[in-house]
Amino acid sequence: MSDPAHESQAATRARRGRNIVLGLGLALFVVLIFVVTIVKLGASVLDRPL
Amino acid sequence: MTPSISHEAAPARWQDYVQLLKPRVMSLVVFTALTGLVCAGAPVNPVLGAISVLCIAIGAGASGALNMWYDADIDAKMRRTRGRPVPAGRVQGADALTLGVVLSMFSVMVMGMAANWLAAGLLAFTILFYAVVYTMWLKRSTAQNIVIGGLAGALPPVIGWAAATGATPLNAWLLCAIIFMWTPAHFWALSLYTSEDYEKAGVPMMPVVAGAASTRKQILVYSLLFTPLCLVPAFTGLGGATYLGVAAAGGLVFLILAWRVFRSRAGDAPDARNDAGLYDVKAGAKDARNLFAFSILYLTLLFATLLGEHLLGAPALDLLR
Repeated sequence: MSDPAHESQAATRARRGRNIVLGLGLALFVVLIFVVTIVKLGASVLDRPL
Repeated sequence: MTPSISHEAAPARWQDYVQLLKPRVMSLVVFTALTGLVCAGAPVNPVLGAISVLCIAIGAGASGALNMWYDADIDAKMRRTRGRPVPAGRVQGADALTLGVVLSMFSVMVMGMAANWLAAGLLAFTILFYAVVYTMWLKRSTAQNIVIGGLAGALPPVIGWAAATGATPLNAWLLCAIIFMWTPAHFWALSLYTSEDYEKAGVPMMPVVAGAASTRKQILVYSLLFTPLCLVPAFTGLGGATYLGVAAAGGLVFLILAWRVFRSRAGDAPDARNDAGLYDVKAGAKDARNLFAFSILYLTLLFATLLGEHLLGAPALDLLR
């Protein structure tokens, strides 16, 4: 017989792991866009009419 | 179409989603794309170059996830693939589809921003070709599935080259042609000793449709076309003396192994009344395994040599001039 409490813990652990990796993936995406912007535009990123 | 595979399974872990991206295929794609990018010889910002290769890797992973979503029904019938996250019930098919679509869009978009839109377009074409043309159409309908579908696996060096230069000259397509011509011998060698699985799943792989003898002959024919093609980079200003040596020596070994498979009984149905026949088939399977393993080593060596020569600045031969 399976233990529902144990299964629930396993599911919680798995969800937590998925959420952490998803969060890291999103953070990586933000960093990527930032880095691409800085490298492509360099100092010109601030050169725009006010 | 993908069936709903529902049975009790462990909750999905993040590693299951990584498995959807076919990391081993991804590593080969990264390697060939990097070779294309470096061989282009154009000055590339290292950060943007790394991001371009990452985009190609993510795009390849996305097409892997789309493939696993669509093929869950046939994956469940094959020993080699039934442990994959979707057929095993650890990941829902819809989740695999979502992951594939989202990563496809992100990888193409970032590639366009980081490199150029030619590279992004080629990446989008590669993902679509693998997911739609190969997975949804060719794989289940023709024995030429891996021949035509092999284009998807052959394009990464062209994408890498395009990311570096914004163009795709003849040498970029030569790298593509080498992988394209390598694919049939590589996959059919594998399918000679896994054809039972494909037959069970109803996938029309060459040994299932045309028989083992015809497959062995076609492996030899493709090997005879592939091995001379590997020498061509030394004539077009792409490969140097080391490359020529590696391509020639490795090509010779490749041909010998392909000849052994041709002469063997790999993939034949064993004769139940005759023990000797069974041993012949088993020995043939070993020949097929040897060709399969060496084909991976040979392609890796070819691209590693090109990569090494270009990184070290070794002179290319350009024997046609």
